[in-house]
Amino acid sequence: MDRYQSHRSLLLKLLSAVLVFGTWEIAGRIPVSYAFPTFLESMAALVRMTFDGTIFVAYAETLKPLLIGIVISAIVGIGMGLWIGLNLKSEWLFSPIFVVMQAAPLAALIPILVMIYGIGLTSKVFVVCIMAMPVIVLNTSGAVRNTPASLTQMATSFLAKDRDILLKVIIPAASPIIFSGLRLGVSAGFIGAILSELKITPTGVGDIITYSRSIADYESMYAAIFSIILLAVLFLNLLEKLESYLFEGNDRGYVSD
Amino acid sequence: MTIHGYKLPMMSSLLVWGLLWEIVGQLDLTFFVPPLSEVFVTLFGLVQTPAFLRALSTTAYAFWVGVISAIVIGIPVGILMGKSRLLDELLLPWVNIFLSAPLTALVPVLMVLFGFGTKTIIITTALFAVWIIILNARAGVRNINRSLVEMSRSFGASPLDAFFKIYFWAALPEILGGVRIGVIRAVKGVIIGQLLISIVGFGALFELYSSNFLMAEFWAVLIVLFALAFTLSEFLAFLERKVAYYAASR
Amino acid sequence: MSQIDLKIETAAMPVTDSAVSVRNVSKSYGQVEALRDLSLEFPRGQLTSLLGPSGCGKTTLLKIIAGLLPASSGTIEVGGKSVVGPGPDRAFVFQDFALLPWASVIRNVAFGLELRGVARSEREAKAEKYIREVGLAGFEKSYPHELSGGMRQRVGLARALSVDAQVLLLDEPFSAVDEQTRRKFQEDLIALVQNENKTFIFVTHSIEEAVYVSDQIAILLPRPSRVHEIIRPSISRAQGLGSIRRDPEYLDIVDEIWASLRSYVE
Repeated sequence: MDRYQSHRSLLLKLLSAVLVFGTWEIAGRIPVSYAFPTFLESMAALVRMTFDGTIFVAYAETLKPLLIGIVISAIVGIGMGLWIGLNLKSEWLFSPIFVVMQAAPLAALIPILVMIYGIGLTSKVFVVCIMAMPVIVLNTSGAVRNTPASLTQMATSFLAKDRDILLKVIIPAASPIIFSGLRLGVSAGFIGAILSELKITPTGVGDIITYSRSIADYESMYAAIFSIILLAVLFLNLLEKLESYLFEGNDRGYVSD
Repeated sequence: MTIHGYKLPMMSSLLVWGLLWEIVGQLDLTFFVPPLSEVFVTLFGLVQTPAFLRALSTTAYAFWVGVISAIVIGIPVGILMGKSRLLDELLLPWVNIFLSAPLTALVPVLMVLFGFGTKTIIITTALFAVWIIILNARAGVRNINRSLVEMSRSFGASPLDAFFKIYFWAALPEILGGVRIGVIRAVKGVIIGQLLISIVGFGALFELYSSNFLMAEFWAVLIVLFALAFTLSEFLAFLERKVAYYAASR
Repeated sequence: MSQIDLKIETAAMPVTDSAVSVRNVSKSYGQVEALRDLSLEFPRGQLTSLLGPSGCGKTTLLKIIAGLLPASSGTIEVGGKSVVGPGPDRAFVFQDFALLPWASVIRNVAFGLELRGVARSEREAKAEKYIREVGLAGFEKSYPHELSGGMRQRVGLARALSVDAQVLLLDEPFSAVDEQTRRKFQEDLIALVQNENKTFIFVTHSIEEAVYVSDQIAILLPRPSRVHEIIRPSISRAQGLGSIRRDPEYLDIVDEIWASLRSYVE
């Protein structure tokens, strides 16, 4: 993209942000509802919470089950996905389970998990895991199965052993899709983390939301929600940048004209 | 996978898992897992009760209104974004944000703004579904062969004609794919909505059974819900396949 | 059927030893017979083309020789030894290049050696030599997506050369490349055959290409796939590679092959 294009694109992004936040501000002033503070009021609440540290304490609480859950889901999920992708028997046995888990509204299971594991960290980690794992497993197994036959055949023709083919062809070829599966998993995990805070026990950011709603401190509530969305977006964008950096060679797809 | 030369159909391992469920249930290994047979018996009894049917219609109403709204808003927006660069650059960042953002976090806002009723649940459902529908419609339009567009202009097609006769059909395979994923997300949306906003419909049933430890009923309802979602998704996949014949040669 | 008898030899082969012998090879896919009872000899140190319309089984035969596909019946011998799978005596050049998109040129070229466990410094030195030989000096650190189609194929060629196999198998290597680059490649290929002491087996569907580069052309016809005839063009290269395309013998052979193949084109 030449400089004009990239400037124009940035300008338009800023413009659209201004439009949306401006509408928010106006809607708050009308006001659309007594419970709808203006954009600036919410931002003020956010700044306040940042400076008195409430936000950081809250996120420390919220991020705990999220990070633990993501790490577990990533390790188990990628491992499972590799196994399913490589082995026909395990594909037959396990992939329907994950397809079902993908489609089912797993949120309904939260009360059950709470009953089994209580209202602590464990059940929250569980919620994150059941939301994040299916997409990681399915992406990984799909990527492995869709390795371009041309490359595996080429490696065979140069006398690669099975272990070589796995490590030097299949995994590098599958990496972009595995990574994007991780990204989707993180996104689903976020939903799981928030859901468990709103539903199981309010802690962390979920607590700020529920508490400020109950005392009609709508500015804080909106501020907290804004911060969650902002954080999720920033984190996912970071992952995307990481993805393009790590896999720049793969950007053009597979090498055939 | 094949056994003795017979190719096993997809998803047939679910029968194996079902068998495992039955055994675990019969052995009474954990309170939370009753035998699958008991769940099915309960299921048959349950679907006939008025309470269940009421829950089904409440949920179905919210679901369908939400999905139709998402489709009616999402497809045109997506198509317009695919066509107009300006609109695309303005809206795409927001679509991407909301696609990956934890929409659950927005539910409290919706509750505060729109109350605790069905309206809010419908809005939640629509919000869960609309972003992927927009993105797929946009992708479908962007994949349209330049020559098709030029051809239609050379034969003097009006913008409305072009929209209905060319763009819509050319993008249809992707649109259907997006609707299918959107429907799955909408099911999640309607349940999350019911769990968080006002406990009605299936959400209420889940709450009721789990808090009263009626596990067979709980699993029965979950299975029904899942079977409905799955049937819907398969139907859409079927439609997708019907139009797939021209997908590759666009 | 052929007017130029001098150049056609069918049963009586010249006494050069064969690097590759194909004897009574058949290949079926269920009911479909791809190859039936095919026999062919490939003289050592020379370039033999497999030429024919699509569906005549030439790529299938090539992959069977490479050990990438098993034959349903018959034997293949390379250097006197029976073929059971891929081996260090044969190297393959792929039509769609088959480069690792995430690896640099030098890693791609050294890939065959990497798979054989050769130490890094040694294999990179070898790779650099062949990168220079195919004319890609300076591009060692580039990635496939930064290269043109012609350059990518050179990487594939360098990779096949660097494993020092006695037999080089090329599957329509120039078909995914533009016409001008293709012509250059054909000239380079002739030089390569003369300089390297290897046997080349070359699949193509282009008559001109086959007649230009080959020491021997095996014409295959489909349904059932069989060897129709074997031609040994003796076109003089003394006047330089550029003038071959105007050489009357070249033009005659091309015409004659086309005449005999014409009726088999769908």
